[in-house]
Amino acid sequence: MNEVASPPRVLMTKIGLDGHDRGSRIVTAFLRDAGMEVIYTNPWQDVSSVVNLALQEDVDVVGVSSLATDHLLVPKLMKGLKDAGLAHVRVVIGGIVPDEDEANLIKAGVSKIFHPGTPREDIIESVGRLAEDATNERPSL
Amino acid sequence: MGKIKPTEAARPVEQSDETKTASDIWQADYDAQIGSDQKIQNRSGIEIKPLYAPPDESDDAYQDKLGFPGQAPMTRGIYPTMHRGRTWSQRQLIGLGRPEDFNARIKKILSAGSTALSLIPCNSVYRGFDCDEVAPELLGTCGTVVNTVEDMEICLRDIPIDKISVGLNDPLPFSLLTLMLTVADKRGIDWATLTGTSNQSDYISHFVANHMFYRLSLPGSRRTLLDTFEYCASTVPKWNTLSIVGQHMQQAGATPAEAMGLAISTALQYAKDCQARGMDPDQYLARFTFFFDISISFFEEIAKFRAGRRIWARLVKERFGVTDSRATRFKFHAQTSGCDLTRQQPLNNIARVTAQAIAGIFGGLQSMHTDSYDEVLSTPSEGAATIAIATQNILKHEAHLCDVIDPLGGSYYIESLTDDMEDKILGVIRQIDEQGGMYRAVENGFVQRMIGVSAMAFQDKVESGEQVIVGVNAYEVEEDASSRPVLERPAQSAMQAQVDQLTRFKAERSQSAVDRALKILRETCQSPRDNVFAAELDAVRVGATHGEVIAAMRDELGFGQPLMVA
Repeated sequence: MNEVASPPRVLMTKIGLDGHDRGSRIVTAFLRDAGMEVIYTNPWQDVSSVVNLALQEDVDVVGVSSLATDHLLVPKLMKGLKDAGLAHVRVVIGGIVPDEDEANLIKAGVSKIFHPGTPREDIIESVGRLAEDATNERPSL
Repeated sequence: MGKIKPTEAARPVEQSDETKTASDIWQADYDAQIGSDQKIQNRSGIEIKPLYAPPDESDDAYQDKLGFPGQAPMTRGIYPTMHRGRTWSQRQLIGLGRPEDFNARIKKILSAGSTALSLIPCNSVYRGFDCDEVAPELLGTCGTVVNTVEDMEICLRDIPIDKISVGLNDPLPFSLLTLMLTVADKRGIDWATLTGTSNQSDYISHFVANHMFYRLSLPGSRRTLLDTFEYCASTVPKWNTLSIVGQHMQQAGATPAEAMGLAISTALQYAKDCQARGMDPDQYLARFTFFFDISISFFEEIAKFRAGRRIWARLVKERFGVTDSRATRFKFHAQTSGCDLTRQQPLNNIARVTAQAIAGIFGGLQSMHTDSYDEVLSTPSEGAATIAIATQNILKHEAHLCDVIDPLGGSYYIESLTDDMEDKILGVIRQIDEQGGMYRAVENGFVQRMIGVSAMAFQDKVESGEQVIVGVNAYEVEEDASSRPVLERPAQSAMQAQVDQLTRFKAERSQSAVDRALKILRETCQSPRDNVFAAELDAVRVGATHGEVIAAMRDELGFGQPLMVA
């Protein structure tokens, strides 16, 4: 752990096929306003490129925005992160996630799902806390 | 408010056009187009006229700002009869699973009273891929998988496409249109009988606000659109190749005035591009259609549509010298806004959609999609889609919203708001003009920045509680999860069967013919004097798939990429 707390590092992305990016842009903006370092990607990333980016950028939290059904790929992302030695990285999803899918995603290791209408304070607070958890669990070099 | 002359009043036929009042001209047009106009009485026995106008119809201010329906400046509607004559098309967007699933669902929706069909392809199709090129989990979850002529034949089986209007959600390079035209040939249907719209052909809006539809680079898109527009103008004359989308901008966060201003600026850009190719504005402008969002900001939306109609009718005359009034008509489809729907208490969304739909009807739309209440939870379920159609029918037949043309015209509030919205919209158009037009303003990120600022400002209002959203930041109640619809998702086995079908389709066609046609398509892309749409059509006819056509064009014309990041 660092002596001086560094700001949480977040990767904000969209995987799969959909491109509705209003949500990921807004969340990126207010997490930055809250003092976090946010790496933003364009929509429709591959799972493998998100894993690589998470590794290179040494992020604490990966935020996946999903408005269509792209959240169905998140279990693959969880496995990819684990295989890359990034089991400590926390993954959150924001957007439209049907109740039926939520349990599966949590089981796959997703830390939190933010449904439409979640107040931004809640998101900032959760992401901050999850980043702290990730830092605490980060394997020492 | 005074009444206009009753419809049965004798009209002196020998009058010349010069001495006829605008009201007389409207009445004559109305009578000619209405067919059998049935008298309408309300529950109290009062006869309801089709139109109400000021007592002094020669009033210059009235003529200048409002006029009669179907006459300049079109504020009160683009046709003399409007909804009294023919109501809007009910065009529900649907798409799920395999072509067979789509065909079954569309037949149900047509029998439930929908009057037009709309095909929403799977996101893999939107992104320009065949079903064997993407993660299988995602196939068919948001729309129908359509890759081949065979798929399109199944989608449209037993559907009289020469008699009902077809909407294809078909971004550039119009691969679904090539599939449909090929199916029409196979069924012996004359292309001249085909009516409908290529939705999502407005590539500029995709670079601004909806990255779902990226396929070709900005310059490649520009050329493909114009080639297709030119080709279809002569071969599929009743098809609307271009639908300009203000909806994406508004869904991405633009205010209603900004979305209208940006859509009109986009249309002006396309008109300029057509003009540069030497096309006739009276012809190409008559084929332009628009697609807008209807938010729940009720009066603002009504004023937005009325102001947009007036601005468009005036600008096309001023800038392109249009003389045919048909080319000044601001034809639009509108969809109730999904952004206003809430996950909390989802049945409340039926009330929201109803308010949005009324605004759209009073705004004078030509075609409407009402959102299903569950769109914020998942891809719409069948039960929820049925309620969405019923909502339109209730408004039409039970609430009698179609009896009178522009029923709010003349209201102090509506007219003042229409003027104010007009000023705001013109302000946006001016800003885009200063950037050198919409193409440049998108290329340099100006539009994207404008929308980003507005999206954040609205979010701030919601967060602060200034904008109340029932069940979200006010009036919260315990959730009743039983009101949630059951999730419908295609079985993985069905999607595997679809992939197998594609493999079989490819095996059965003449590969050498496909290779040859794709080679010609590539060469055509490199030869700006030839028409790329014609080459696409030739490739599809010999069995090239959607994904193959787009891959070839992407290679040659460049791949579309976002022009700005956060």
